[in-house]
Amino acid sequence: MSEILIEGRNLTKEFTAGRKKKVHAVTDVSLQILQGETLGLVGESGCGKSTLGRLLIRLLKPDSGRLLVHGEDVTDLSDKEFGKYRRQLQLIFQDPYASLDPRLCVRDLIAEPLKTWHVCRTKEELTQRVLEKMEEVGVPGEYLYRYPHQFSGGQRQRIGIARALAAQPELIVCDEPVSALDVPVQNQILNLLNQLQESKGLTYLFISHDLSVVRHISDRVCVMFLGTICEIGKTQEVFQNPMHPYTRFLMNAILPPDPHRRNDQAELLSGEIPSAVNPPSGCRFHTRCPYADERCRREMPALQDAGDGHQAACHHTMN
Amino acid sequence: MSGKTLEIRHLNTSFFTQKGEVGAAKDICLEVRPGQIVGIVGESGCGKSVTARSVMGLVKYPGRVVSGEILLNGTRITGISKKEACSLRGSEVSMIFQEPMTSLNPVIKVGRQVEEVLLIHKKITKKEAKKEAAKILEAVGISDVASRMECYPHQLSGGLRQRVMIAMAMICSPSLLIADEPTTALDVTVEAQILRLMKKLCEAGTSILLISHNLGVIAQVCDYVYVMYAGRIVEQGETFTLFDHPAHPYTRGLLGAAKSLRSDAGLLKTIPGVVPNLLHLPAGCSFSPRCDSCMDLCRSEMPDMLPAGEKGHLTRCWRS
Ligand SMILES: Nc1ncnc2c1ncn2[C@@H]1O[C@H](COP(=O)(O)OP(=O)(O)O)[C@@H](O)[C@H]1O
Ligand SMILES: Nc1ncnc2c1ncn2[C@@H]1O[C@H](COP(=O)(O)OP(=O)(O)O)[C@@H](O)[C@H]1O
Ligand code: SF4
Ligand SMILES: [Mg+2]
Ligand SMILES: [Mg+2]
Repeated sequence: MSEILIEGRNLTKEFTAGRKKKVHAVTDVSLQILQGETLGLVGESGCGKSTLGRLLIRLLKPDSGRLLVHGEDVTDLSDKEFGKYRRQLQLIFQDPYASLDPRLCVRDLIAEPLKTWHVCRTKEELTQRVLEKMEEVGVPGEYLYRYPHQFSGGQRQRIGIARALAAQPELIVCDEPVSALDVPVQNQILNLLNQLQESKGLTYLFISHDLSVVRHISDRVCVMFLGTICEIGKTQEVFQNPMHPYTRFLMNAILPPDPHRRNDQAELLSGEIPSAVNPPSGCRFHTRCPYADERCRREMPALQDAGDGHQAACHHTMN
Repeated sequence: MSGKTLEIRHLNTSFFTQKGEVGAAKDICLEVRPGQIVGIVGESGCGKSVTARSVMGLVKYPGRVVSGEILLNGTRITGISKKEACSLRGSEVSMIFQEPMTSLNPVIKVGRQVEEVLLIHKKITKKEAKKEAAKILEAVGISDVASRMECYPHQLSGGLRQRVMIAMAMICSPSLLIADEPTTALDVTVEAQILRLMKKLCEAGTSILLISHNLGVIAQVCDYVYVMYAGRIVEQGETFTLFDHPAHPYTRGLLGAAKSLRSDAGLLKTIPGVVPNLLHLPAGCSFSPRCDSCMDLCRSEMPDMLPAGEKGHLTRCWRS
């Protein structure tokens, strides 16, 4: 059993949207990230993946609930006290373009976090370290003085990864890092992330709405719906034996690149995602669930273990 | 009906930029037959949207159609007056886009927007338009229509907005619907719903030109597929033939990449190198610098579309 790197206990986060309206972004979520694993986080847009990702590395503070890093409760630490963990918990985004200052060249972009986290005595030493990072992520050293707009989307994502690596983190939250890329480029980035994990013993929280990507990269998967966890477990288990109705519907919607496997007959989810401002009572999935009954409308189901850490939150758990 | 709903002959569309002429769509020959869903697939920037926009007369400055012919149901819409072309398009073809928000008016209720299209195109009263609008919105799978019609576009989910766009596109019963990445911005469960709706529309008599970068989407619904690379069609064929026996090394690369993600392979397949800049294309075959089957001839001469086995299966590759 691996050590627990990050643990969220009963995390809840609401945002105010307009007068008196509250968005229930994450509701009472408990989750552990194990040292060295890739935990995939899937769900449709707006279900709270990014919010949960940020809560778990304390880029956002929860309204209630606790956050533990290496077993230490860091929820109430001051930013200064939390400082020793800040470097270890990094984030990369879908659109690195938005996070890369267009006025800085690659050298300065990667030097920035290096300067923040490490002592480099001389300029030469700093440039040397930048070149090392570029090599690690597969950006040729001759591009040292190029600017973000001179790179393709895939290369910009590599630069984003290099910046995260510069802090020598333990955990990287990868928030939809390949969602804007074409498949061949997406695959290059996924291969790179896998290879970096192996060579550096990194831990990932990998957020994506694409089940096939999550299936490939994750050791464990966590499925979210409207601010809550529906199902979590080892990737193989969850994909071969989904227990929550929502997980099944997500899988029915997968479109294989093969005309012999058209999903014409698969039962599709009807209706729309309910509003996070007025989430349904009881189980948040009950308005779309074909199995919903009185109890589902009344009582929010808790995660229940079916063995080997495979858990689902449903009053009518499948099989 | 026999004949062709859409026929594009040797279309060339370029952007005239300060750095030079960018040939975004080159020598495009493409057909959509009645009752077909025809797909165009390729990575971003390969010219899919420009091809579609050329048909609609929507290419934006500094771009323009340089040469070629476009026929709708046998009638030429190139080389005639703009006004004539517009009215021909208006009754024969509609287009929907990736982000429906950009084509909906944000400050008008969606019900009124649908009614207005009806009032423009049909001789009916306002009251009839309202009834008709409700019927059309219901037909594209919107539930609770009465209250949805009172919503502003931003109050609807992406999936509902796309359904509204499809409803508006279908009002004049066009013989052709061009759908440019219609599900790319949508959640997966909604994507599958919209694709089923497109299949239904096609069965009801509308031919569809479906543009997508996603081979999964193409495999699901298309009868016939064109693959584009760097502004050109590089392979075309019936969907089953093309997926079972991809003939162009680029198609094989794309398909291999998509399939390896679904296999248990540890290392995912990719295509070496990057998509070329359209201003600095390599000599010969545009794919040659990335191709694992490249020969000397490939680096000097651009191949034509050549037969690749099955009838109707063509590929732009010297090795075929
Ligand atoms: N800063 C914010 N202010 C208000 N609402 C927010 C904010 N961030 C996220 N939300 C809302 O919280 C919900 C969850 O958002 P998010 O975590 O971004 O979901 P996901 O990443 O799964 O798409 C959404 O309804 C979103 O609109
Ligand atoms: N406004 C423009 N100015 C210059 N070039 C453009 C413009 N719009 C598109 N292009 C060129 O046309 C090519 C094809 O674009 P597009 O049809 O939108 O690609 P796709 O839809 O396949 O992603 C692009 O790679 C780009 O080089
Ligand atoms: S708890 Fe009830 S409503 Fe929720 S998913 Fe299970 S059966 Fe459906
Ligand atoms: Mg997000
Ligand atoms: Mg496009």
